[in-house]
Amino acid sequence: MKRAFPIFAVLTAALLAYGLYQALWVAPTDRLQGDVYRIIYYHVPSAWTMFSFFALNFVSSIVYLIRRNPRADAVAVASAEVGVVFNTVVLVTGPLWARPVWGIWWTWDIRLTSTLVLWLIYVSYLLLRRFSSGGQMPVLAAALAVFGALDMPLVYFSIWFFRTQHPQPVIGGGGSIDPRMLQVWLLNWIAFQCFGLLVFAARYRLEVLSQEVEEMQALESLLEVRGSR
Amino acid sequence: MTGSAGLTRATLLKDLRLEWRSKDATNAMLFFALLVVVIFSFSFDPTAEESRRIAGGLIWVAFLFASVVALNQTWARELRNQVLDAYRVSPAPPNSLFLAKVFGNFLFVTVLEALMTPLFAVFYNLRAIGPAYQLLVVAGLGTWALVVNGTFFAAISLRTRSREIMLPLLLFPISIPALLAMVEATSAILTGEFSAKFWVVLLVTYDLVFTMASLFLFERVLHAE
Repeated sequence: MKRAFPIFAVLTAALLAYGLYQALWVAPTDRLQGDVYRIIYYHVPSAWTMFSFFALNFVSSIVYLIRRNPRADAVAVASAEVGVVFNTVVLVTGPLWARPVWGIWWTWDIRLTSTLVLWLIYVSYLLLRRFSSGGQMPVLAAALAVFGALDMPLVYFSIWFFRTQHPQPVIGGGGSIDPRMLQVWLLNWIAFQCFGLLVFAARYRLEVLSQEVEEMQALESLLEVRGSR
Repeated sequence: MTGSAGLTRATLLKDLRLEWRSKDATNAMLFFALLVVVIFSFSFDPTAEESRRIAGGLIWVAFLFASVVALNQTWARELRNQVLDAYRVSPAPPNSLFLAKVFGNFLFVTVLEALMTPLFAVFYNLRAIGPAYQLLVVAGLGTWALVVNGTFFAAISLRTRSREIMLPLLLFPISIPALLAMVEATSAILTGEFSAKFWVVLLVTYDLVFTMASLFLFERVLHAE
């Protein structure tokens, strides 16, 4: 794992650079929107990466609740943090694109609003982790993660009742897209996913290390108490 | 009276008696909600027509904020004399304790709503154009949605530093769909412009999902070490 990390990092950097080149120079210009549309090569892959990490957080939270394995909790915290970062990228790049194309920075349509609510839920998850300590914290956080995941379909349906202004999904939605655009899109997604995994791996290792340090300190203080008697 | 129903009843009665004697939560909630109503009316100064449209939002936001006061006291009350630790070591089923707390909070918030709604109607010149009896259904479902999650998250935030601040931070994001449903259903009934059916169904779903999730997870949260 230690040796694989730098290799993976170099590969990710190369992929990101190639993805950037493809997105800015190679991909054809959109007929209606012009060059502005190129931000979707960052917006949409970030959104997909975000979902993959939040899904990972949900699964590892459930695993933690059942097995009480500290490694599962480390996966949960690392994936939630990376997910929130990508969620922020989605929320920032969305308005940047919307301003020239729609003429407004923000609208309370279904996908924008539910992405914002998702962000709020996961920020509250991270706050809970920050404000609690000790062995109880992972259980509380995992319970909150499950609640958040259960909430998302309800958020989606409740906001679905307001009309949507967001462009309909092009992939699998029956819309037409230039195959070259799709290629660049997928390439950028893979690059972003790799980048996310890279950061995730580093954060996971840090969390496992700090868990070990905590265990060691607990053990030492136990031994000290025994030695002083 | 033994078993889990007996425990629920005993805890509920104990909480009601405590509240009846001190009236801490009720007084604080009532005064807080009153303040919200007055401050809202200063900051918006609505006409009767406008207030009918915004009243759903105002009234539920006031209730949401006020109910946090009662929810925060739910478990904090049990910290004195290590009562919560006693619950933890006792063989009593945790869910009956949880349900007792939810029923208690439901009663407190319902009392708040029953007292505040007439006042609200007077201050904002409200008169429902749609079928007003449906407001009772929305109020019941909405209150349950607030207190079932609120009681659960109060048990979580009890374990954190700065616990009183933590509860709204956890509760509000999760409650967004429920709040949206309550507000929209209430506006639908008050203005009579559209049907509240979708929102009522959404509230029922929300209540079912989170009641089950709370009952499923409460034991783990209570025994988290």
